[in-house]
Amino acid sequence: MKATTRKALWIFIFIAPAALVLIAVVVYPFVYNLLMSFSDMSLRHFRTWHLIGFQQYAKVFGERDFYLIFLKTIFWTVINVFFHVLIGVALALILNQQLKGRSVFRTLLILPWAIPQYIVALTWRGMFNYEYGAINLILMKYLGLNPIGWLQSPTGAFAAVIITNIWLGFPFMMVIALGGLQSIPAELYEAADIDGASWWQKTRKITLPLIRPVMIPAITLGIVWTFNNLNIIWLVTNGGEPADQTHILVSYVYRAAFNLYRFGYAAALSVVIFGILLILSLSFMKRTRATVSVY
Amino acid sequence: MILTYAFLITFTLATLYPIIQVFSISLRPANKLLSTSLEIIPKDWTLEAYQKLFIEKPFLRWLANSTFISFVVTLTGVTLASTAGYAFSRFDFRGKKTGLASILVTQMFPATMLLLPLYIMLVKLGLLNSYLGVIIVYTATALPFCIWQMKGYYDTIPTTLEEAARIDGSTQIQAFYKIILPLAAPGLVITALFSFMTAWAEYVVAAQVLQESQLYTLPIGLKQFESSMSTEWALYAAASLIVSIPAVALFLFLSRWLVTGLTLGSVKG
Repeated sequence: MKATTRKALWIFIFIAPAALVLIAVVVYPFVYNLLMSFSDMSLRHFRTWHLIGFQQYAKVFGERDFYLIFLKTIFWTVINVFFHVLIGVALALILNQQLKGRSVFRTLLILPWAIPQYIVALTWRGMFNYEYGAINLILMKYLGLNPIGWLQSPTGAFAAVIITNIWLGFPFMMVIALGGLQSIPAELYEAADIDGASWWQKTRKITLPLIRPVMIPAITLGIVWTFNNLNIIWLVTNGGEPADQTHILVSYVYRAAFNLYRFGYAAALSVVIFGILLILSLSFMKRTRATVSVY
Repeated sequence: MILTYAFLITFTLATLYPIIQVFSISLRPANKLLSTSLEIIPKDWTLEAYQKLFIEKPFLRWLANSTFISFVVTLTGVTLASTAGYAFSRFDFRGKKTGLASILVTQMFPATMLLLPLYIMLVKLGLLNSYLGVIIVYTATALPFCIWQMKGYYDTIPTTLEEAARIDGSTQIQAFYKIILPLAAPGLVITALFSFMTAWAEYVVAAQVLQESQLYTLPIGLKQFESSMSTEWALYAAASLIVSIPAVALFLFLSRWLVTGLTLGSVKG
């Protein structure tokens, strides 16, 4: 056998199993989803569906709720990522100093990330319970405030999911920031000290710019994961309560697919969400001129 | 300095509060489940909930199901990712760049994008309500990221090692499993842990696919304890702690490498 043919064979053997699985469970469903988005598949038309062109997409963009929920999703993503980064970087700055027991703090502060998401969601749901939840109990007993109907009102529920997700997400940014901070050479700070720079000047001119290459990919990931986070929204609000007012795009499409069986519609909406996210992340990375080597 | 410590301690306690709360709820006796007390350790604490969990509820069943499914997903994930990652790292072939880029892109798919067609596929193949069904979906979810991780890890191992082995007479495949795989062990560990966590901590897919109570995994079981009308607080709390312990332990172990992997590409010099 020629050397190049043999090499090709090896490549094939190594990739084939994974490629097959990926084609079967990623590529094929992706294409199938595209197909469904052009069809009228639903509970009624499960086996007898037809291609109906762009009608489902027309429905997606024609529903007023879509724009409301799209806005909510952006709002949700921006607020969450903002606080994730703020808290994460702040903690990293603190923990990067020579503190006794800092590894203990670091380990403890990672816990929100380590706990399975569905447990985080259900636990916080319990804490937001009107009568017996810890949040209201603390408000009443220690702060003398009135209890808040967290999960009973749309604003309250939205606030509740945001709080939960912030708790869940800051450790990730903290860990990344810590990693980035540790690679900044100490000489830079020493030189700045000699020049009499203040803490804030050092942070602004040295620290922040130098952790940027590490934070940008992390923030991109954070945006993508937050935008698509179904678990927290779905489980904290038990499917969008009150009365389907607490939705972001992913939970909305999940409901359309699995509660309402509007398969064609859901497929179209999924493609739209994916498209939005793709454009958002690509433009974010381009804007920040991300210097990450992809390959 | 004191201020820093004060802040750290306060913040850490506040962060840990939900976890502490869960712990204290799990110790509540049956007649005090709906208590408005904020004590950390209830005066009449008891291990009733833990007992009830194992004896009255099918917790062990759920545990068995979750463990089995997670184990199979881990095995498949590691096998497929270790070989595919190697190919992406060592070989040049048509569609390589597209392949790598698409792996990144798959991370952006909303949950329903693949879940919906997969669900329909499972229905048509009669794999709904089966272990195989969830296993397939989980492997699909975890695989792209695992291949990416393995490729990155292999990239840090110099090709000179395989070249030396080839000169000494081994074939490519021997060089792979005798020399490279052992060196890539930490990468394999991450892949294994990531695949495991994907299966162990997953609710949404499991809830859709597994419909018979015999097949329920831990997430589905735990969700049962938590309903709008009558939350079984203590049971839920006890179960949450038990389920979280392996997850947290594994995670703390894994996070060290995960961060290195993520920062490897971007930190120069």
